[in-house]
Amino acid sequence: MDSALIPKGVKRCSIGQFALWIAVVGAVLLWGVWAMLLCYFKGLNQTNMNNAYGFALWIWADLAVIALGGGAFFTGLMRYIFGKDELKHIINYAVLIGFICYSSALLILAIDVGQPLRAWFIFWHANVHSMLTEVAFCLTCYFGVLTIEYVPLVLENRQIDRVPFFHNLTHNMHGIMALFAATGAFLSFFHQGSLGGVSGVLYGRPFGFRTGLLVWPWTFFLYTWSAAACGPCFTLFITRITEIATCKKLVKDNVVELLAKIAGWMLLTYIVAKIIDTVYWAAVTAPAMGLTLMDFYSNNPGSAYGLWILIAEVGVCGVLPAVMLVAPGIRSNPSLRFIAVTLAVIGACLNRWVMVLQVQAVPVLPFEGWFGYMPSWQEIATTILPVAYGIILISLSYRYLPVFPQEQELNPIEGGK
Amino acid sequence: MDQQNGNTKKYGMVIDLDKCTGCGACMVSCMAENNVPFREDDTDKLLSVSWMRVYRLGNGKPFPQVEECYLPRPCQQCEGHAGHSPCVSVCPATATDYDMRTGIVSQIPTRCFGCRYCMAACPYHVRQFNWWDPIWPDGMERMLNPNVSVRMRGVVEKCGFCFHRYQLATGKAYLEGRRELDEGEYQTACTQACPAGAILFGDLNNPTHAVHKIAQPDSAHGGRPRNPKAFRLLERLGTNPKVYYLSSKEWVRKAGDNQVQRTEQTQKA
Repeated sequence: MDSALIPKGVKRCSIGQFALWIAVVGAVLLWGVWAMLLCYFKGLNQTNMNNAYGFALWIWADLAVIALGGGAFFTGLMRYIFGKDELKHIINYAVLIGFICYSSALLILAIDVGQPLRAWFIFWHANVHSMLTEVAFCLTCYFGVLTIEYVPLVLENRQIDRVPFFHNLTHNMHGIMALFAATGAFLSFFHQGSLGGVSGVLYGRPFGFRTGLLVWPWTFFLYTWSAAACGPCFTLFITRITEIATCKKLVKDNVVELLAKIAGWMLLTYIVAKIIDTVYWAAVTAPAMGLTLMDFYSNNPGSAYGLWILIAEVGVCGVLPAVMLVAPGIRSNPSLRFIAVTLAVIGACLNRWVMVLQVQAVPVLPFEGWFGYMPSWQEIATTILPVAYGIILISLSYRYLPVFPQEQELNPIEGGK
Repeated sequence: MDQQNGNTKKYGMVIDLDKCTGCGACMVSCMAENNVPFREDDTDKLLSVSWMRVYRLGNGKPFPQVEECYLPRPCQQCEGHAGHSPCVSVCPATATDYDMRTGIVSQIPTRCFGCRYCMAACPYHVRQFNWWDPIWPDGMERMLNPNVSVRMRGVVEKCGFCFHRYQLATGKAYLEGRRELDEGEYQTACTQACPAGAILFGDLNNPTHAVHKIAQPDSAHGGRPRNPKAFRLLERLGTNPKVYYLSSKEWVRKAGDNQVQRTEQTQKA
């Protein structure tokens, strides 16, 4: 029924099967929309946040998806600016994943604020000293860049491409894509960094606070670095998941290995910097504020924030995947490579988790205890909402757009049309 | 003269913990004065709004050495470094401001869009969010303070040292042809309500005001108190607050800040 829309030379499931899949994911999406409407009409009392936990699951989700969406800017930088031509076979998917991540972040932010109708105040009454202001400006601009990068892919749909205007527009947009890749990298450097600065500048919160360079705390640079390292890992992770879901090989090994190698070296250098930052913070910054390392990792209910979380983030999900991706023998093994990128993705998420939630949980006043938090179903549903939206957009893009340029070659159809 | 920049004021508070009985009159008067909303069931203190909160501290020792102390906590009106208080510098919409003329950290509820970054920044938990729209019991609308606007759901609010009283006092002084306020002309509601006289309020820059005489702020060292019995909460963070506490007990003074080498364990509230 929709075969005229499907790219030539590739095989897709029947429309019925596809509709059923979309319906299942759509039901999850509607559940999230229902929770979102509850938050809009009844207010943030629908969440389990409180006056001690002003930042919670949503802000974590925001920071995590933006870090993981960093694959778009970094792969674009490698492809268009540093001339890694092989990456042209995965750049479409990196852009699509980035587009989903950033639109999700904007959606979650729109739910998260107490007065959504006043959200434009962040632009109108901007406080230039605030890291969130920088985030808002750069994030919005970069979402515009991602849209411009995604549009040519949409225009390459078989039917749209038949219109000469769109065909020529796509061609010309591809011609100037290097400019947008450079703009995207510039904007990403600042908004990824500013997200790191969100907790890094909180000198009233010793767990998050970091010293730094000029007005930027070290977390500013660490966040950009980790996004450049873990973003491509997420691109590879989702690519592999898509290959498993479609039962097809979609990207050649040399492309995947190249991106994995770049991500591995980025991750290795990042984790060295992260370890230096952690040691300096534990030995100098925190003690100057009257606290020791173990004050941040002990005496909390259920040891939810024990030292294990630091070991998991830096060791198991930092050093280990970095070494795995840098070592050629391990990197070339698809299963081990998948484990490594998965660990790196978990590591980025863990880092954002502690820098949002643990910052709030740690008692600062000596006569207060740890603060606990468990998200409400509305918070969980609205956090799953963008995941469902992402799956739907990937499904639609995969079905109707030439997302993977190597798919046809890797999966020839017998007597293909 | 410790005064800076001519007429610059630095309004601050001195709270004598030896005198505080923990009666809560300061909390009640603050709520009434500032139209602070409350709910029918306001038992979850992490969800309720209270600009002034009284903490109960213990020395953690067994009977008969056990001791307790009550610590009222309004907004600490941090100056930070040159007015960069923890919450002011982070607000993306300039909904909060450090007034260099008075040293008061303001909050503009109609500008706030509820991102709660200031709450994350404040180590004292003085910033609280309106999780619900205020619902006043029948007839209470007529008893609200007309000088303070009520706040709606989805915005952050906090103590502003009864700034409306400052505006009223300065307006009155202006009409009378005066530029300076007497010490008693501008006082916060909690100061006036405290039956034990534990709370003093005034201009820390003015050597004739009681708060200056008692706290003896050292302006060369970020306002650190020279009075050995005085301390500020979380002095080491560099928030440079304008609320000083007095106590004759060493364990209470130590409880005001984190000590790397803790000699006495303060009982958690």
